[in-house]
Amino acid sequence: MYFAKEVLSQSGELRKKWEDEVRKVVSKVPDQKERWSTVSDLEIKRLYTPEDMKDMDFARDIGYPGQFPFLRGNQVTGYRGRYWTFRMFSGMGSAEDTNRRWHMLLKEGQTGLSTAFDFPTLMGYDTDSPKARGECGKCGVAIDTLEDFLQLVDGIPMDKVTTSMTINPPASVLWAMYCAAAEMKGVPLTQIGGTIQNDMLKEFIAQKTFMCPPEPSVKLISDTVEFGTKYVPRWNTISISGYHIREAGSTAVQELAFTLRDGMEYVEDVINRKGLNVDEFAPRLSFFFNSHIDFFEEIAKMRAARRIWAKAMRDRYNARDQRSWWMRFHTQTAGCSLTAQQPYNNVVRTAVEALAAVLGGTQSLHTNSLDEVLCLPSDSAVQVALRTQQIIAEETGAASTIDPLGGSYFIEALTNEMEEQTWDYINRIDEMGGMVAAIEKGFPQLEISDAAYKFQRQIDAGEKIMVGVNKYVTDEELPIPLLEIDDKVEEDQIARLNAVRRKRDNKAVKKSLDDIKNACKKGENVMPHCIEAVKNLASVQEICDVYREVYGEYRDPGLY
Amino acid sequence: MEIGKKIKAGDIRAASRLIRDIEDSIPEAKFTIKHIFPYTGKAQVVGITGSPGAGKSTLVDGLVEANRKRNRTVGVLAVDPTSPFTGGATLGDRIRMQRHAEDPGVFIRSLATRGSLGGLSKAVGDAIHVMDAMGKDIILVETVGTGQQEVEIINYAHTVIVVLVPGMGDEIQAIKAGIMEIADIFVVNKSDREGAGKLQRELMAMLDMSPVAAGGWRPPIVTIGNSFKPEEFEQDIGKLSARIHEHYEFLVSSDLIGDRLRRKTMHELNEALRSSILEPVLNMLVSTGELDRMVEKLLKKESDPCSLAEEVARKYLQECI
Amino acid sequence: MSERKLRVMVAKPGLDGHDRGARVLARCFRDAGFEVIYTGCHQTPAQIASSAIQEDVDLVGLSCLSGAHRYLFPQVVKLLQENGAGDITVIGGGIIPDQDCQKLYDAGIKAIFTPGTPLDVIVDWIKKNVKPLE
Repeated sequence: MYFAKEVLSQSGELRKKWEDEVRKVVSKVPDQKERWSTVSDLEIKRLYTPEDMKDMDFARDIGYPGQFPFLRGNQVTGYRGRYWTFRMFSGMGSAEDTNRRWHMLLKEGQTGLSTAFDFPTLMGYDTDSPKARGECGKCGVAIDTLEDFLQLVDGIPMDKVTTSMTINPPASVLWAMYCAAAEMKGVPLTQIGGTIQNDMLKEFIAQKTFMCPPEPSVKLISDTVEFGTKYVPRWNTISISGYHIREAGSTAVQELAFTLRDGMEYVEDVINRKGLNVDEFAPRLSFFFNSHIDFFEEIAKMRAARRIWAKAMRDRYNARDQRSWWMRFHTQTAGCSLTAQQPYNNVVRTAVEALAAVLGGTQSLHTNSLDEVLCLPSDSAVQVALRTQQIIAEETGAASTIDPLGGSYFIEALTNEMEEQTWDYINRIDEMGGMVAAIEKGFPQLEISDAAYKFQRQIDAGEKIMVGVNKYVTDEELPIPLLEIDDKVEEDQIARLNAVRRKRDNKAVKKSLDDIKNACKKGENVMPHCIEAVKNLASVQEICDVYREVYGEYRDPGLY
Repeated sequence: MEIGKKIKAGDIRAASRLIRDIEDSIPEAKFTIKHIFPYTGKAQVVGITGSPGAGKSTLVDGLVEANRKRNRTVGVLAVDPTSPFTGGATLGDRIRMQRHAEDPGVFIRSLATRGSLGGLSKAVGDAIHVMDAMGKDIILVETVGTGQQEVEIINYAHTVIVVLVPGMGDEIQAIKAGIMEIADIFVVNKSDREGAGKLQRELMAMLDMSPVAAGGWRPPIVTIGNSFKPEEFEQDIGKLSARIHEHYEFLVSSDLIGDRLRRKTMHELNEALRSSILEPVLNMLVSTGELDRMVEKLLKKESDPCSLAEEVARKYLQECI
Repeated sequence: MSERKLRVMVAKPGLDGHDRGARVLARCFRDAGFEVIYTGCHQTPAQIASSAIQEDVDLVGLSCLSGAHRYLFPQVVKLLQENGAGDITVIGGGIIPDQDCQKLYDAGIKAIFTPGTPLDVIVDWIKKNVKPLE
């Protein structure tokens, strides 16, 4: 029991008195609306009291930082030893353009790099593919071959800076490029650190950047986990992502549930397919969440995430290493909460969301720039976004103490409620036979569709408010400077690619592609062959075409 | 007749517009159908039915691919339900077949039921004629798949495929809905799932108990595995294609194709009579307010439906009475 | 009795998979009483144009959030025109900066709806501007 009996009975008596008062006041000054709920439409009470925590057990449910169930954080000392990693996601135009942005960010105090790739790269096509027309460099950097990649990391100390790469279907290829580039710069694989997103399940569920069907996609992921475990120990080979699930319109609970269940699916696959012990690889699994505009819901979500994962790893998979129980996560503020109308308001939204992420105990953070709903962020907009993190860290005092909201009646009750609803979803998906089966049935996709449609209807009806969109609308818009990606980037990139094709040893390329094909067919690990192939200057598409040929192509079932 | 010529030449834009006019009951469309009617009757028509989520569209997509590999041109009519509340419809079958969107040898057209029961659209018969007149070698008709009373497809198709999946209680549903009797071929789809063997055995047992149909055709059962495994899926679809071909050959060799043709023709005539006789009379009764007055009479028990109908017949169809 | 019904297609050209808007719109169009065909993600302009013709739709709504709209949207219009279907109304939405809108209008896109547009506004625009066939 969390509170002594006396406290609870006192609370009960005082609550009745307060409720009488409330009734009186409401009869004179009615509430502004009947039902108050979070942005995810989770109903919120007027007041939370000790009674909302009466079933909690302090040691079992709350505890201390660095102790099971890690509700209050993984790190014993919180942010005092070091702040979260300031990691701004960036990438645009050519490798040279992005490299320039990276150097600027490091100079401004950013502590980790994060790469956005353009759509052809993300989907495993070369820039000159007919499917790639018009896309080159538009929302990320264009990479076709190792030559581009070497340009991207030019002057970057790969043994010191950690790099996150948001890459999914071709993760093995781009990671192979990173490994090859490190080797060529004389940095051993044991010294490089970073993350590849490499989470395909959420692509089928939400972001729709897919290539092969779910089953072989999971196989390719397990290959990278195995390779990382053996040869690149500082690398996070999956970043199990709820961000995109949320951006696709899910609720906070759906984000939590589908992401954690995805994580469990990967754990099970690596154990079953690769025969690794859970403690060999689980400490390198990392997560990635969205921080949306509903402040307390987000904080509760992140706290619940740590507790659920710790329980699942300890009790469901019998992990013994405490580091396997840790949920380490990166957070990005919510792109979908930003508005094209009155874009300067986005600075405020992002600040509130970033603060929630810090209070929720994130290990790493990207803050969106105010112009991201209009275009790729400009230099000045990125700077404001980075400064937002620096202000939270060094001016506000939010990082001074660990889990400052722990013990709040509201926060603890909300954390419990979200955890409970998450387990309900996890159990339902278990009953369907796991996440791959659930995806094939369209279950998570349709749950998200329903939530997204409901939210849009609530916005249209004025039940939920977006300032500048359905309330406080102004006719005059303040113009902001926009970054434009020149269409010439595409021409130049195609020329570069053709030059590489002319100079490389095509026989060696052919051979290394055949090796990948054989590995795929035999179910062997593709990673060593991928590194060989990229060194021979095989292109992203050439390798991905091998995957597509052997595993087949997944096509959007278009559920809505 | 300009449009007729275009359709015979395979003009997809003209054909799709004509199908639209039929769906929208535009009177001129009937004249066009009359003109193209002599050019119909060549295409092989295959119906695919089964409950929602049975994977019908993915099967159709596979059959399109298989036929294209044999250089046969394909028409697809995919029917989805109209919402009775909003009148809108989600025509969601096509999405599974989008890889064929650019193939000039494939014409995929989605139809909404617009209130008609039986798993098809009222326009489906004429839409088949249109695709037939365009010279499509094979026309695949995918029904709604509500699982209830979807037997109307036998009036249009040479071969009817009933698709079942394990673990959905489908077999019982299908028996209830009377859908088993219409099957020329059964597909046990997603056969990698638990319960596929059981479903297959139950089907066999049921077929053993059923009387053998005229001509001695016993519906074969084709199992189709995971569509996410491209090679296996293609092989399985190959088997299904072969069964479809065998059934067609059987119809021809046993001359049962004549019976099917007769049934189809009867049905068409029926439909035509309905639209040429009943509909104009109904329209007349509606526009003159007669229908409302008749309903009032019935409500007041001043008459009965039979007598009123006879009265209408005497007035408008004197020669018959 | 004859009754014209609006048929619309919601399509996602290009490699971008951000389909939240497209799916919400498809659902909204259905609820508005239209017959809706959704193509799913990752469609080429050629796939979209030929599907629109095969389905005889009155309207194609394109959604793109990757920035590739400058090439993709006009390409769909061009292919429709080349195939005798220039009468099909094409509208677009997504992350489209103001400065691109005029170019898209010039290329034959009839309306652009950017984030924050209420669904009813889009439905009303269609009801007002897209008449089913004569």
